[in-house]
Amino acid sequence: MELRVRALESLLVEKGYVDPPALDVLIETYEKQVGPRNGAAVVARAWSDPAFMQALRDDATAAIASMGFTGRQGEHMVAVENTPDTHNMVVCTLCSCYPWPVLGLPPAWYKSPAYRSRAVIEPRSVLGEFGVTLSGETAIRVWDSTAEVRYLVVPRRPEGTEGMDEADLACLVTRDSMVGTGLALTPEEARARGLLA
Amino acid sequence: MNGPHDLGGAHGFGVLPLEDNEPLFHAAWERRAFAVTLAMGATGSWNIDMSRYARERTPPAEYLASSYYRLWFEGLVRLLEECGLATRDEIALGRMRRPSAPVKRVLKAEDVAKVLARGGPVERDTQTAPAFAVGDRVRARVMNPHGHTRLPRYVRGHLGTIERIHGCHVFPDTNAAREGECPHWLYGVVFDAGEVWGEARAGDSLHLDLWEPYLERA
Repeated sequence: MELRVRALESLLVEKGYVDPPALDVLIETYEKQVGPRNGAAVVARAWSDPAFMQALRDDATAAIASMGFTGRQGEHMVAVENTPDTHNMVVCTLCSCYPWPVLGLPPAWYKSPAYRSRAVIEPRSVLGEFGVTLSGETAIRVWDSTAEVRYLVVPRRPEGTEGMDEADLACLVTRDSMVGTGLALTPEEARARGLLA
Repeated sequence: MNGPHDLGGAHGFGVLPLEDNEPLFHAAWERRAFAVTLAMGATGSWNIDMSRYARERTPPAEYLASSYYRLWFEGLVRLLEECGLATRDEIALGRMRRPSAPVKRVLKAEDVAKVLARGGPVERDTQTAPAFAVGDRVRARVMNPHGHTRLPRYVRGHLGTIERIHGCHVFPDTNAAREGECPHWLYGVVFDAGEVWGEARAGDSLHLDLWEPYLERA
């Protein structure tokens, strides 16, 4: 593949369809700037500020844009909230649609046939592989995002975080918790992983 | 099309490929394939639905054996050929043998941030009223088009309830065939997991965004 891709890139440059510096900027953007820390900031604000949470419910695209996260693969956003009796989980069974402005590019498992096939038919077994076990009482809502609407899961705010500020709260919000294949970390878990001082 | 991409509910794909500290790209070529795909998309020679349709036409055995960026690459090659921007020989050789075809624009480094921030919104103004209201019972149509569609096989024929009206969105089935955007109302539809899979699933549900032509009143 290395050679095939290099050949294609040279051809497209020679034909004048592609400007090489633009390729480097595209890569740098997604390697360095856009990623799940954006979504974590959104969730931390939603946990801290009831007015922002309401804005996220009313028009997630606008609320997220107000924090500076807009654009490609996040043009039409919806936020879905986990509660004590509902858990939300997101998949795209037809390709691998994913909310890029808030989560960055999707991990390999999200794009895998295993996740795309199983998330809709056996979400509890999928969650089990992530180490998440929900009680039988918790209803699972699986969002198959096959149109251009992209979903951001707002995980439940862990207990014992009452005094924490937005910046510290964001350290508890993992990528997987915003896809719905994980839960937000407790402060102890975040400290053990070196994510929180 | 009932292609290899329509994976919802399929069995046999095994455990999830979970990796600790996963890199964003798994090989140097993936990085380049990603960037050239986005840069070519920005030339305006095709739309996102055509891109998806090009990827899902990868022959089934090859599709299932390919990584995500490999599928992007194969889709890009198919579009370049179909749009007359390059020939298969040129692509294999990596050298120009025929003159370039005109493209609408070439993405410049200084415009990348602006173009990404703008994205490609698909909601359109309409004079029509939505046929369904929140709470209406609907059935996902049984249909098997040869072309591109975003109605997954696993919900066809099943009963759902309208839970949200998203607006009037570009219709992928026509847009992928270069037959126009033909915007239609897009609905959030909730299906009972037990009804879809034929077994008790206490309270679990499936939520799909489906265009009006995919639905009929139940």
